[in-house]
Amino acid sequence: MAIFLDENSRVIVAGMTGSEGLKHTKRMLAAGTNVVGGVNPRKAGQEVGFDDRSLPVFGTTADAMAATGADVTVLFVPPPFVKDAVIEAVDAGIGLAVVITEGVPVHDSAYFWAHAVATGGQTRIIGPNCPGVISPGKANAGIIPADITKPGAIGLVSKSGTLTYQLMHELRDFGFSTCVGIGGDPVIGTTHIDAIEAFEADPETELIVLIGEIGGDAEERAAAYVREHVTKPVVGYVAGFTAPEGKTMGHAGAIVSGSAGTAAAKKQALEAAGIAVGRTPSETATLAREILGG
Amino acid sequence: MDLFEHEARDLFDRYGVPVLRGGVATTPEQAREAADRIGGTVVIKAQVKTGGRGKAGGVKLADGPDDAEQLADDILGMDIKGHTVHKVLVTEASPIAEEYYVSYLLDRGARGFLAIASVEGGMEIEEVAVSKPEALARIPIDPISGVDQAKAREIVAAANFPAAVAEQVAAVLVRLWLVFVGEDATLVEVNPLAKSTDGKVLALDGKITLDDNAAFRHPAHEALADAGAGDPLERKAHEAGLNYVKLDGDIGVIGVIGNGAGLVMSTLDVVAAAAAEVGAAGPANFLDFGGGASAEVMTAGLDVILGDPAVRSVFVNVFGGITACDAVATGIVRALDQLGDRARKPLVVRLDGNNVAEGRRILAEAAHPLVTVVATMDDAAREAAKLATVEA
Repeated sequence: MAIFLDENSRVIVAGMTGSEGLKHTKRMLAAGTNVVGGVNPRKAGQEVGFDDRSLPVFGTTADAMAATGADVTVLFVPPPFVKDAVIEAVDAGIGLAVVITEGVPVHDSAYFWAHAVATGGQTRIIGPNCPGVISPGKANAGIIPADITKPGAIGLVSKSGTLTYQLMHELRDFGFSTCVGIGGDPVIGTTHIDAIEAFEADPETELIVLIGEIGGDAEERAAAYVREHVTKPVVGYVAGFTAPEGKTMGHAGAIVSGSAGTAAAKKQALEAAGIAVGRTPSETATLAREILGG
Repeated sequence: MDLFEHEARDLFDRYGVPVLRGGVATTPEQAREAADRIGGTVVIKAQVKTGGRGKAGGVKLADGPDDAEQLADDILGMDIKGHTVHKVLVTEASPIAEEYYVSYLLDRGARGFLAIASVEGGMEIEEVAVSKPEALARIPIDPISGVDQAKAREIVAAANFPAAVAEQVAAVLVRLWLVFVGEDATLVEVNPLAKSTDGKVLALDGKITLDDNAAFRHPAHEALADAGAGDPLERKAHEAGLNYVKLDGDIGVIGVIGNGAGLVMSTLDVVAAAAAEVGAAGPANFLDFGGGASAEVMTAGLDVILGDPAVRSVFVNVFGGITACDAVATGIVRALDQLGDRARKPLVVRLDGNNVAEGRRILAEAAHPLVTVVATMDDAAREAAKLATVEA
């Protein structure tokens, strides 16, 4: 088991013919992912060659699903086209849409999210501005490096890509069931809570690592959820204690507004819910290690 | 990007939201001309992107052009909470009967938008939220259906606007929504939305925050960027396409550069803790060089950091995910070469991840006298903090 993505997932790549799409399709294939095709309305009917195979390009997600049985799409399309591409994927009824693209206008994200909800919510959206999701040894949908760690019992959910990699690296000897990068934008699809709920239900996951950062109140909400609904141990980390008020720290959503969204408040909320919170990534890894007995 | 009041006023005007006649002035003479054009009593308002300007003396009533020129001369150059006044807005003075509040904003938790409205306007809305929360109506707005006439009436009813102004306020709400969506704003606020003594509803003061991610479809927004404001190093970094934020601290600080917003934020925290242990000041800046690690990017980044005279040491913290550590190492070596004499501060480098062995080998082989390679993030932060306490 794993969450959201496993060895049976059939993955298509929207924007596969672009430079990022090509590069990461190659990496996803190398990680053993069953990538079955690409989507590009202007290049439908073409084939793209990779080391040991050639993948078809379809005009729409619906065509790709009909021809290949795809149930996951990973989007590398440029920001101006993300809104329409996600809506098209949702309308096609795909199960999971992973939006890697950074720089999507928040009105577009809010719109496609509202569209996904209004049309029944059968498509899980991860991102935008995220590194994607990996179930080590099974499949990789996005840009998380597949060679950091191996399959194991830790589930990880994070707003930040590089902190995901850092914690995967620190705990590489234990391995991970699934790592989900939910993205650092103000409006995202899948939240910490969604991932935690899935990890709680996943028999393979024994411990959950929750990584947050300044901005919004997703970590506080996650803390409340953990307190009420989670029986598995959870270890937390929050970045941005030194971030000044009113400045966006790299991620569009990473901003302390007035007294809202501070790292200190998030840490406090997590600890109040019984979650052990590390002061640094390595201390966070040590906390996880102690619980798992390594 | 936050707009000045006069920029918000101009956008309101363009979308048909009623505003007072007025003009912006950067000199006392221009304020005189504006007052002359408007006629009668005018209001001179300091243009600063912070609240509390009225209390600070940045808003004055002027009795004609002579008075306007004099008062503009007083206000221009004034410091309001660290913001220097470079321009004033001159508007007609309108006798006010009542003051209300309306805004649209991004509601992150709901992954949608929110309308806030109140008949208690004029003061800081955060204060109303604390002292009289029942006076604020909060109505979720669906991003797809937005605010039409019916939704606007719902907001008006929820906030208990007086019947005499209900239709006018609803019309303003529909137009403000067009501003919010049409300009890709994350905040549109009118405070106060006023009823004049002759019964007209007017936007007297406004705040707009624009979504920088939407700049590609708003070429006109570039002209609204406050080119002269902010820290000169932030400007320089921005021009080089780097994600840089200068932090407070004026001596013995540690420059930080790394890849990925989360890792760099985390690095600042680790550096702050390490600095506190040894009595160094703390991190000087946030700098995320992103996915690339070319010599050009590294040179531009180090150039910005070393341009901060307060910086005593620099911590380069990289976890190579997609980025390869050998490329980062080569970037550092070449950057130091290109910077030559401009690079005189010690650099502590921590590399991990993709191709780390080759990256460390390149740095070891280059054996640059300023560079120390440390294996872990925590130890590297301690080393950088220690170096920051050494007298230059």
